[in-house]
Amino acid sequence: MIDKRVKNLADAVAGVKDGATVLVAGFGVVGVADDLIEALHEQGARDLTIVANNAGNGDVGLARLINSGRVSKVICSYPRSGDYSAFLKAYRDNTLELELVPQGTISERMRCHAAGLGGFFSPVSAGTKLADGKETREIDGKLHVFEKPLKGDIALLRADKADRWGNLTYIKSARNFNPVMAMAADLSVVQVNEIVELGSLDPEAVVTPSIFVDRVVVVGTNA
Amino acid sequence: MTLSYKPLTREQMAWRAAQDLPEGAFVNLGIGIPTLAASFVPAGREVIFHSENGILGLGPKPEPGMEDPNLTDAGKNPTTLITGGVFMHHADAFLMIRGGHIDVSLLGAFEVSEAGDLANWTTEDPAFPPGVGGAMDLAVGAKAIRVIMDHTDKKGNPRILKHCSLPLTAAGCVKRIYTNLAVIDITPQGLFVVEMVDGMTLERLQAITEPKLQLANSWQALAPPEAMAA
Repeated sequence: MIDKRVKNLADAVAGVKDGATVLVAGFGVVGVADDLIEALHEQGARDLTIVANNAGNGDVGLARLINSGRVSKVICSYPRSGDYSAFLKAYRDNTLELELVPQGTISERMRCHAAGLGGFFSPVSAGTKLADGKETREIDGKLHVFEKPLKGDIALLRADKADRWGNLTYIKSARNFNPVMAMAADLSVVQVNEIVELGSLDPEAVVTPSIFVDRVVVVGTNA
Repeated sequence: MTLSYKPLTREQMAWRAAQDLPEGAFVNLGIGIPTLAASFVPAGREVIFHSENGILGLGPKPEPGMEDPNLTDAGKNPTTLITGGVFMHHADAFLMIRGGHIDVSLLGAFEVSEAGDLANWTTEDPAFPPGVGGAMDLAVGAKAIRVIMDHTDKKGNPRILKHCSLPLTAAGCVKRIYTNLAVIDITPQGLFVVEMVDGMTLERLQAITEPKLQLANSWQALAPPEAMAA
Protein backbone atom coordinates (compact mmCIF):
# COMPACT_ATOMS: atom_id res chain seq x y z
CA MET A 1 0.00 0.00 0.00
CA ILE A 2 1.34 3.38 -0.97
CA ASP A 3 1.42 5.60 2.06
CA LYS A 4 3.39 8.87 2.01
CA ARG A 5 2.13 10.02 5.41
CA VAL A 6 4.85 10.53 8.00
CA LYS A 7 4.26 10.68 11.76
CA ASN A 8 5.79 14.03 12.57
CA LEU A 9 7.74 17.03 11.32
CA ALA A 10 11.10 15.52 12.26
CA ASP A 11 10.42 12.50 10.03
CA ALA A 12 9.26 14.84 7.30
CA VAL A 13 12.65 16.57 7.01
CA ALA A 14 14.87 13.61 7.95
CA GLY A 15 17.96 13.09 5.81
CA VAL A 16 18.60 16.63 4.57
CA LYS A 17 22.37 16.93 4.06
CA ASP A 18 24.72 19.87 4.60
CA GLY A 19 25.04 21.87 1.40
CA ALA A 20 21.56 20.93 0.20
CA THR A 21 19.49 23.14 -2.10
CA VAL A 22 16.12 23.74 -0.44
CA LEU A 23 13.11 25.03 -2.40
CA VAL A 24 10.99 27.11 -0.03
CA ALA A 25 7.52 27.82 -1.40
CA GLY A 26 5.41 30.87 -0.58
CA PHE A 27 4.86 34.47 -1.60
CA GLY A 28 5.47 36.83 1.29
CA VAL A 29 4.03 34.95 4.27
CA VAL A 30 1.30 33.17 2.25
CA GLY A 31 1.64 29.49 1.38
CA VAL A 32 4.88 29.07 3.34
CA ALA A 33 5.56 25.75 5.10
CA ASP A 34 6.68 27.47 8.31
CA ASP A 35 6.50 24.29 10.41
CA LEU A 36 8.67 22.32 7.98
CA ILE A 37 11.25 25.12 7.92
CA GLU A 38 11.29 25.15 11.73
CA ALA A 39 11.74 21.37 11.62
CA LEU A 40 14.69 21.79 9.27
CA HIS A 41 16.14 24.24 11.79
CA GLU A 42 15.89 21.52 14.45
CA GLN A 43 17.26 18.90 12.04
CA GLY A 44 20.52 20.83 11.81
CA ALA A 45 21.64 20.80 8.15
CA ARG A 46 24.05 23.65 7.34
CA ASP A 47 25.48 25.52 4.37
CA LEU A 48 22.07 25.53 2.70
CA THR A 49 21.17 27.16 -0.60
CA ILE A 50 17.62 28.49 -0.36
CA VAL A 51 15.43 29.09 -3.41
CA ALA A 52 12.45 31.29 -2.57
CA ASN A 53 10.64 34.38 -3.80
CA ASN A 54 11.42 36.42 -0.70
CA ALA A 55 14.05 36.08 2.01
CA GLY A 56 12.18 35.49 5.26
CA ASN A 57 10.22 37.56 7.76
CA GLY A 58 10.97 38.50 11.38
CA ASP A 59 12.77 35.64 13.15
CA VAL A 60 10.62 32.68 12.14
CA GLY A 61 11.01 30.06 9.43
CA LEU A 62 13.50 31.07 6.77
CA ALA A 63 14.57 34.18 8.72
CA ARG A 64 15.42 31.99 11.71
CA LEU A 65 17.53 29.68 9.53
CA ILE A 66 19.41 32.74 8.26
CA ASN A 67 19.84 34.18 11.77
CA SER A 68 21.28 30.83 12.88
CA GLY A 69 23.93 31.03 10.16
CA ARG A 70 22.69 27.97 8.34
CA VAL A 71 22.17 29.57 4.94
CA SER A 72 25.10 30.29 2.65
CA LYS A 73 23.18 31.36 -0.44
CA VAL A 74 19.74 32.71 -1.30
CA ILE A 75 18.33 32.56 -4.83
CA CYS A 76 15.33 34.90 -4.91
CA SER A 77 13.66 37.74 -6.78
CA TYR A 78 12.80 40.15 -4.00
CA PRO A 79 14.56 39.97 -0.64
CA ARG A 80 13.21 43.37 0.46
CA SER A 81 9.82 42.16 1.62
CA GLY A 82 8.19 42.60 5.02
CA ASP A 83 10.59 42.46 7.99
CA TYR A 84 13.65 41.12 6.18
CA SER A 85 16.10 42.18 8.93
CA ALA A 86 17.59 38.66 9.19
CA PHE A 87 18.53 38.66 5.51
CA LEU A 88 19.71 42.28 5.61
CA LYS A 89 22.09 41.61 8.50
CA ALA A 90 23.62 38.55 6.82
CA TYR A 91 23.85 40.44 3.51
CA ARG A 92 25.65 43.38 5.14
CA ASP A 93 27.91 41.03 7.12
CA ASN A 94 28.71 39.25 3.85
CA THR A 95 27.87 35.86 5.33
CA LEU A 96 25.51 34.88 2.56
CA GLU A 97 25.48 35.19 -1.19
CA LEU A 98 22.48 36.60 -3.06
CA GLU A 99 21.63 35.41 -6.57
CA LEU A 100 18.93 37.81 -7.75
CA VAL A 101 16.71 36.28 -10.44
CA PRO A 102 13.65 37.80 -12.11
CA GLN A 103 10.57 36.30 -10.49
CA GLY A 104 9.21 34.50 -13.55
CA THR A 105 12.66 33.16 -14.38
CA ILE A 106 12.92 31.45 -10.98
CA SER A 107 9.73 29.46 -11.43
CA GLU A 108 10.44 28.72 -15.10
CA ARG A 109 13.95 27.43 -14.30
CA MET A 110 12.37 25.00 -11.83
CA ARG A 111 9.64 24.02 -14.30
CA CYS A 112 12.40 23.45 -16.85
CA HIS A 113 14.20 21.00 -14.57
CA ALA A 114 10.90 19.29 -13.79
CA ALA A 115 10.25 18.89 -17.51
CA GLY A 116 13.66 17.33 -18.14
CA LEU A 117 14.94 20.20 -20.26
CA GLY A 118 18.46 21.57 -20.34
CA GLY A 119 17.56 25.23 -20.09
CA PHE A 120 15.77 27.89 -22.11
CA PHE A 121 16.28 31.23 -23.81
CA SER A 122 14.23 34.07 -22.30
CA PRO A 123 13.91 37.71 -23.36
CA VAL A 124 13.57 38.67 -19.69
CA SER A 125 16.63 40.57 -18.38
CA ALA A 126 18.26 40.73 -21.85
CA GLY A 127 20.50 43.79 -22.01
CA THR A 128 20.37 44.35 -18.24
CA LYS A 129 22.81 43.85 -15.37
CA LEU A 130 21.07 40.63 -14.38
CA ALA A 131 22.15 39.06 -17.68
CA ASP A 132 25.85 39.83 -17.13
CA GLY A 133 27.98 36.79 -17.95
CA LYS A 134 25.09 34.79 -19.41
CA GLU A 135 25.01 33.37 -22.91
CA THR A 136 22.75 35.35 -25.26
CA ARG A 137 21.17 34.63 -28.63
CA GLU A 138 19.05 36.66 -31.00
CA ILE A 139 15.84 34.79 -31.79
CA ASP A 140 13.48 36.27 -34.40
CA GLY A 141 15.22 39.61 -34.02
CA LYS A 142 14.92 39.74 -30.24
CA LEU A 143 17.76 39.28 -27.76
CA HIS A 144 17.35 36.31 -25.42
CA VAL A 145 19.32 35.14 -22.38
CA PHE A 146 20.12 31.50 -21.67
CA GLU A 147 18.77 30.31 -18.32
CA LYS A 148 19.72 26.99 -16.78
CA PRO A 149 17.33 24.60 -15.07
CA LEU A 150 17.11 24.82 -11.29
CA LYS A 151 16.54 21.78 -9.10
CA GLY A 152 16.14 21.26 -5.40
CA ASP A 153 17.41 18.45 -3.24
CA ILE A 154 14.29 19.03 -1.15
CA ALA A 155 11.17 21.18 -1.47
CA LEU A 156 9.31 22.39 1.62
CA LEU A 157 5.69 22.84 0.60
CA ARG A 158 2.35 23.82 2.03
CA ALA A 159 -0.99 22.59 0.74
CA ASP A 160 -4.53 22.31 2.09
CA LYS A 161 -5.57 18.66 1.68
CA ALA A 162 -3.72 15.51 0.72
CA ASP A 163 -4.60 11.83 0.39
CA ARG A 164 -2.21 9.01 1.33
CA TRP A 165 -0.84 8.96 -2.22
CA GLY A 166 0.13 12.63 -1.97
CA ASN A 167 -2.42 14.22 -4.31
CA LEU A 168 -2.69 17.87 -3.25
CA THR A 169 -5.19 20.72 -3.24
CA TYR A 170 -4.44 24.31 -2.25
CA ILE A 171 -6.21 27.38 -0.88
CA LYS A 172 -6.49 30.51 -3.04
CA SER A 173 -3.26 32.46 -3.57
CA ALA A 174 -1.43 30.17 -1.11
CA ARG A 175 -0.93 27.92 -4.15
CA ASN A 176 1.76 30.23 -5.62
CA PHE A 177 5.16 28.47 -5.92
CA ASN A 178 4.05 25.18 -4.32
CA PRO A 179 3.07 23.21 -7.46
CA VAL A 180 6.18 24.12 -9.46
CA MET A 181 8.52 23.47 -6.54
CA ALA A 182 6.81 20.11 -5.91
CA MET A 183 7.82 19.11 -9.44
CA ALA A 184 11.40 20.35 -9.23
CA ALA A 185 12.89 18.64 -6.16
CA ASP A 186 14.32 15.16 -5.60
CA LEU A 187 12.36 15.01 -2.34
CA SER A 188 9.08 16.91 -2.01
CA VAL A 189 7.75 17.28 1.51
CA VAL A 190 4.35 18.81 2.19
CA GLN A 191 2.66 20.12 5.30
CA VAL A 192 -1.11 19.97 4.97
CA ASN A 193 -4.11 20.96 7.06
CA GLU A 194 -5.82 17.63 6.54
CA ILE A 195 -5.35 14.16 5.10
CA VAL A 196 -8.50 12.74 3.51
CA GLU A 197 -9.47 9.26 2.28
CA LEU A 198 -8.04 8.23 -1.07
CA GLY A 199 -10.78 8.92 -3.60
CA SER A 200 -12.39 11.78 -1.74
CA LEU A 201 -10.47 14.54 -3.53
CA ASP A 202 -12.22 15.58 -6.74
CA PRO A 203 -9.81 14.44 -9.51
CA GLU A 204 -10.64 17.66 -11.38
CA ALA A 205 -9.59 19.73 -8.35
CA VAL A 206 -6.22 18.08 -7.65
CA VAL A 207 -3.52 20.61 -8.57
CA THR A 208 -0.42 18.57 -7.73
CA PRO A 209 -0.65 14.89 -8.72
CA SER A 210 0.89 12.39 -6.31
CA ILE A 211 3.80 11.55 -8.63
CA PHE A 212 5.50 14.78 -7.48
CA VAL A 213 5.07 14.20 -3.74
CA ASP A 214 7.19 12.07 -1.38
CA ARG A 215 6.19 12.87 2.21
CA VAL A 216 3.06 14.36 3.74
CA VAL A 217 2.62 15.56 7.31
CA VAL A 218 -0.46 17.06 8.96
CA VAL A 219 0.04 20.25 10.93
CA GLY A 220 -2.58 22.03 13.00
CA THR A 221 -5.88 21.04 14.54
CA ASN A 222 -6.22 17.86 12.43
CA ALA A 223 -2.77 16.53 13.36
CA MET B 1 7.58 81.56 -8.28
CA THR B 2 3.97 80.53 -8.00
CA LEU B 3 2.80 77.74 -10.22
CA SER B 4 0.13 78.67 -12.69
CA TYR B 5 -0.78 75.01 -13.01
CA LYS B 6 -1.76 72.32 -10.56
CA PRO B 7 -0.03 68.92 -10.68
CA LEU B 8 -2.28 65.87 -10.46
CA THR B 9 -2.64 63.90 -7.24
CA ARG B 10 -1.72 60.20 -7.12
CA GLU B 11 -5.40 59.32 -7.45
CA GLN B 12 -5.84 61.60 -10.44
CA MET B 13 -2.82 60.04 -12.19
CA ALA B 14 -4.27 56.58 -11.55
CA TRP B 15 -7.68 57.78 -12.77
CA ARG B 16 -6.16 59.02 -16.02
CA ALA B 17 -4.35 55.72 -16.68
CA ALA B 18 -7.51 53.75 -15.90
CA GLN B 19 -9.49 55.63 -18.59
CA ASP B 20 -7.28 54.00 -21.25
CA LEU B 21 -7.93 50.41 -20.12
CA PRO B 22 -10.17 48.87 -22.78
CA GLU B 23 -13.21 46.65 -22.28
CA GLY B 24 -12.15 43.02 -21.90
CA ALA B 25 -8.49 43.79 -21.23
CA PHE B 26 -6.30 41.63 -18.98
CA VAL B 27 -4.25 44.09 -16.95
CA ASN B 28 -1.39 43.82 -14.47
CA LEU B 29 -0.97 46.70 -12.03
CA GLY B 30 2.38 47.43 -10.42
CA ILE B 31 2.79 48.28 -6.76
CA GLY B 32 2.08 51.88 -5.68
CA ILE B 33 0.12 54.36 -7.81
CA PRO B 34 -0.68 51.76 -10.53
CA THR B 35 -2.56 49.67 -7.94
CA LEU B 36 -4.92 52.63 -7.38
CA ALA B 37 -6.02 52.49 -11.03
CA ALA B 38 -8.24 49.48 -10.31
CA SER B 39 -10.69 51.79 -8.49
CA PHE B 40 -11.10 54.15 -11.47
CA VAL B 41 -12.11 51.86 -14.33
CA PRO B 42 -15.19 53.52 -15.90
CA ALA B 43 -18.49 52.00 -14.75
CA GLY B 44 -19.82 49.28 -17.01
CA ARG B 45 -16.40 48.40 -18.44
CA GLU B 46 -15.16 44.87 -17.64
CA VAL B 47 -11.42 44.79 -17.06
CA ILE B 48 -9.76 41.71 -15.53
CA PHE B 49 -6.79 42.30 -13.24
CA HIS B 50 -3.94 39.79 -13.02
CA SER B 51 -1.67 39.39 -9.99
CA GLU B 52 1.77 37.81 -10.38
CA ASN B 53 1.29 35.56 -7.34
CA GLY B 54 -1.36 33.58 -9.19
CA ILE B 55 -4.66 35.45 -9.45
CA LEU B 56 -6.72 36.32 -12.52
CA GLY B 57 -9.69 38.40 -11.44
CA LEU B 58 -8.20 40.39 -8.58
CA GLY B 59 -10.87 42.34 -6.71
CA PRO B 60 -10.88 45.38 -4.42
CA LYS B 61 -9.45 45.57 -0.92
CA PRO B 62 -11.57 43.52 1.52
CA GLU B 63 -13.83 45.21 4.06
CA PRO B 64 -12.19 45.49 7.50
CA GLY B 65 -12.49 42.16 9.28
CA MET B 66 -13.01 40.25 6.00
CA GLU B 67 -9.30 39.74 5.22
CA ASP B 68 -8.35 36.20 4.18
CA PRO B 69 -4.78 35.16 5.17
CA ASN B 70 -4.61 32.95 2.06
CA LEU B 71 -5.54 35.71 -0.37
CA THR B 72 -3.06 38.53 -0.96
CA ASP B 73 -1.97 40.61 -3.93
CA ALA B 74 1.48 41.22 -5.45
CA GLY B 75 2.15 43.86 -2.77
CA LYS B 76 1.38 41.18 -0.12
CA ASN B 77 -1.73 43.08 1.00
CA PRO B 78 -5.08 41.36 1.63
CA THR B 79 -7.25 41.32 -1.47
CA THR B 80 -10.40 39.70 -2.89
CA LEU B 81 -11.40 37.61 -5.90
CA ILE B 82 -14.13 38.87 -8.25
CA THR B 83 -16.89 36.60 -9.53
CA GLY B 84 -15.32 34.56 -12.33
CA GLY B 85 -11.84 34.98 -10.89
CA VAL B 86 -9.44 32.02 -10.74
CA PHE B 87 -6.13 30.97 -9.23
CA MET B 88 -3.13 29.52 -11.00
CA HIS B 89 0.32 28.44 -9.90
CA HIS B 90 3.31 30.74 -10.16
CA ALA B 91 4.90 29.42 -13.36
CA ASP B 92 1.57 29.84 -15.17
CA ALA B 93 1.09 33.33 -13.70
CA PHE B 94 4.41 34.31 -15.30
CA LEU B 95 3.69 32.40 -18.49
CA MET B 96 0.77 34.82 -18.85
CA ILE B 97 3.12 37.75 -18.30
CA ARG B 98 6.14 36.65 -20.32
CA GLY B 99 4.14 35.03 -23.11
CA GLY B 100 2.33 38.19 -24.17
CA HIS B 101 -1.08 37.24 -22.78
CA ILE B 102 -1.41 40.37 -20.61
CA ASP B 103 -2.78 43.32 -22.60
CA VAL B 104 -1.57 46.18 -20.43
CA SER B 105 1.04 46.50 -17.70
CA LEU B 106 0.88 49.72 -15.67
CA LEU B 107 4.18 50.22 -13.88
CA GLY B 108 5.89 52.76 -11.68
CA ALA B 109 9.36 53.97 -12.70
CA PHE B 110 12.41 55.90 -11.56
CA GLU B 111 13.37 56.91 -15.12
CA VAL B 112 12.19 56.46 -18.70
CA SER B 113 14.31 57.31 -21.75
CA GLU B 114 13.20 58.79 -25.07
CA ALA B 115 13.71 55.34 -26.60
CA GLY B 116 11.23 53.88 -24.09
CA ASP B 117 13.93 52.31 -21.93
CA LEU B 118 12.62 51.63 -18.43
CA ALA B 119 14.55 51.85 -15.14
CA ASN B 120 12.37 50.82 -12.22
CA TRP B 121 14.11 48.07 -10.25
CA THR B 122 17.17 49.47 -8.49
CA THR B 123 18.64 52.78 -7.35
CA GLU B 124 21.93 50.93 -6.63
CA ASP B 125 21.90 51.92 -2.96
CA PRO B 126 24.87 49.94 -1.61
CA ALA B 127 23.32 49.73 1.87
CA PHE B 128 20.44 47.55 0.68
CA PRO B 129 20.15 44.39 -1.39
CA PRO B 130 18.54 44.88 -4.79
CA GLY B 131 15.11 43.37 -5.51
CA VAL B 132 13.70 42.82 -8.97
CA GLY B 133 10.49 40.86 -8.36
CA GLY B 134 8.41 40.63 -11.52
CA ALA B 135 9.50 43.99 -12.99
CA MET B 136 11.67 42.57 -15.79
CA ASP B 137 9.12 39.90 -16.73
CA LEU B 138 6.35 42.51 -17.02
CA ALA B 139 8.50 44.97 -18.96
CA VAL B 140 9.39 42.34 -21.56
CA GLY B 141 6.17 40.37 -21.76
CA ALA B 142 3.05 42.53 -21.58
CA LYS B 143 1.60 43.75 -24.90
CA ALA B 144 1.53 47.39 -23.79
CA ILE B 145 3.82 48.88 -21.15
CA ARG B 146 2.63 52.17 -19.67
CA VAL B 147 4.32 54.05 -16.87
CA ILE B 148 2.79 56.20 -14.13
CA MET B 149 5.28 58.47 -12.37
CA ASP B 150 5.89 62.02 -11.18
CA HIS B 151 7.32 64.15 -13.97
CA THR B 152 10.41 65.08 -11.95
CA ASP B 153 12.22 63.75 -8.89
CA LYS B 154 11.87 65.41 -5.49
CA LYS B 155 14.59 67.94 -6.38
CA GLY B 156 12.84 68.86 -9.63
CA ASN B 157 15.24 66.97 -11.91
CA PRO B 158 13.78 65.33 -15.02
CA ARG B 159 12.92 61.65 -14.91
CA ILE B 160 12.20 61.50 -18.61
CA LEU B 161 15.75 61.42 -19.97
CA LYS B 162 17.72 60.99 -23.19
CA HIS B 163 19.34 57.95 -21.60
CA CYS B 164 18.49 56.33 -18.27
CA SER B 165 21.18 56.84 -15.61
CA LEU B 166 20.02 53.86 -13.53
CA PRO B 167 20.29 50.17 -14.52
CA LEU B 168 17.65 49.18 -17.05
CA THR B 169 14.69 46.94 -16.40
CA ALA B 170 14.17 46.51 -20.15
CA ALA B 171 15.05 48.48 -23.27
CA GLY B 172 12.57 50.18 -25.57
CA CYS B 173 9.41 48.89 -23.91
CA VAL B 174 7.49 51.96 -22.69
CA LYS B 175 4.92 53.39 -25.09
CA ARG B 176 3.01 55.89 -22.91
CA ILE B 177 3.86 57.85 -19.74
CA TYR B 178 1.27 59.33 -17.37
CA THR B 179 2.88 61.98 -15.19
CA ASN B 180 1.41 64.43 -12.71
CA LEU B 181 1.67 67.07 -15.46
CA ALA B 182 1.12 65.39 -18.82
CA VAL B 183 0.42 62.30 -20.88
CA ILE B 184 3.30 61.58 -23.26
CA ASP B 185 3.51 59.01 -26.06
CA ILE B 186 6.84 57.50 -27.07
CA THR B 187 6.93 56.94 -30.84
CA PRO B 188 9.62 56.25 -33.44
CA GLN B 189 9.19 59.94 -34.41
CA GLY B 190 9.92 61.10 -30.87
CA LEU B 191 8.01 62.10 -27.73
CA PHE B 192 4.55 63.57 -28.25
CA VAL B 193 2.60 65.41 -25.55
CA VAL B 194 -0.99 64.31 -25.96
CA GLU B 195 -2.33 65.94 -22.79
CA MET B 196 -1.12 68.64 -20.38
CA VAL B 197 -2.63 70.04 -17.19
CA ASP B 198 -4.39 73.38 -17.43
CA GLY B 199 -1.93 76.28 -17.42
CA MET B 200 1.02 74.16 -18.61
CA THR B 201 2.83 75.12 -21.79
CA LEU B 202 5.09 73.04 -24.01
CA GLU B 203 8.00 75.34 -23.10
CA ARG B 204 7.50 74.87 -19.36
CA LEU B 205 7.15 71.12 -19.76
CA GLN B 206 10.25 71.00 -21.97
CA ALA B 207 12.25 72.77 -19.25
CA ILE B 208 11.73 69.79 -16.94
CA THR B 209 12.06 67.08 -19.61
CA GLU B 210 15.47 66.16 -21.06
CA PRO B 211 14.63 64.87 -24.56
CA LYS B 212 12.81 67.00 -27.10
CA LEU B 213 9.01 67.13 -26.76
CA GLN B 214 6.56 67.75 -29.57
CA LEU B 215 2.96 68.77 -29.12
CA ALA B 216 0.53 66.33 -30.71
CA ASN B 217 -1.86 67.97 -33.19
CA SER B 218 -4.82 66.60 -31.31
CA TRP B 219 -3.54 67.47 -27.83
CA GLN B 220 -6.06 68.09 -25.07
CA ALA B 221 -6.26 69.37 -21.52
CA LEU B 222 -5.42 66.77 -18.88
CA ALA B 223 -8.48 67.25 -16.71
CA PRO B 224 -9.34 64.56 -14.17
CA PRO B 225 -12.34 64.99 -11.87
CA GLU B 226 -11.69 67.74 -9.32
CA ALA B 227 -13.20 65.62 -6.55
CA MET B 228 -9.99 63.57 -6.41
CA ALA B 229 -7.73 66.57 -6.09
CA ALA B 230 -7.86 66.77 -2.29
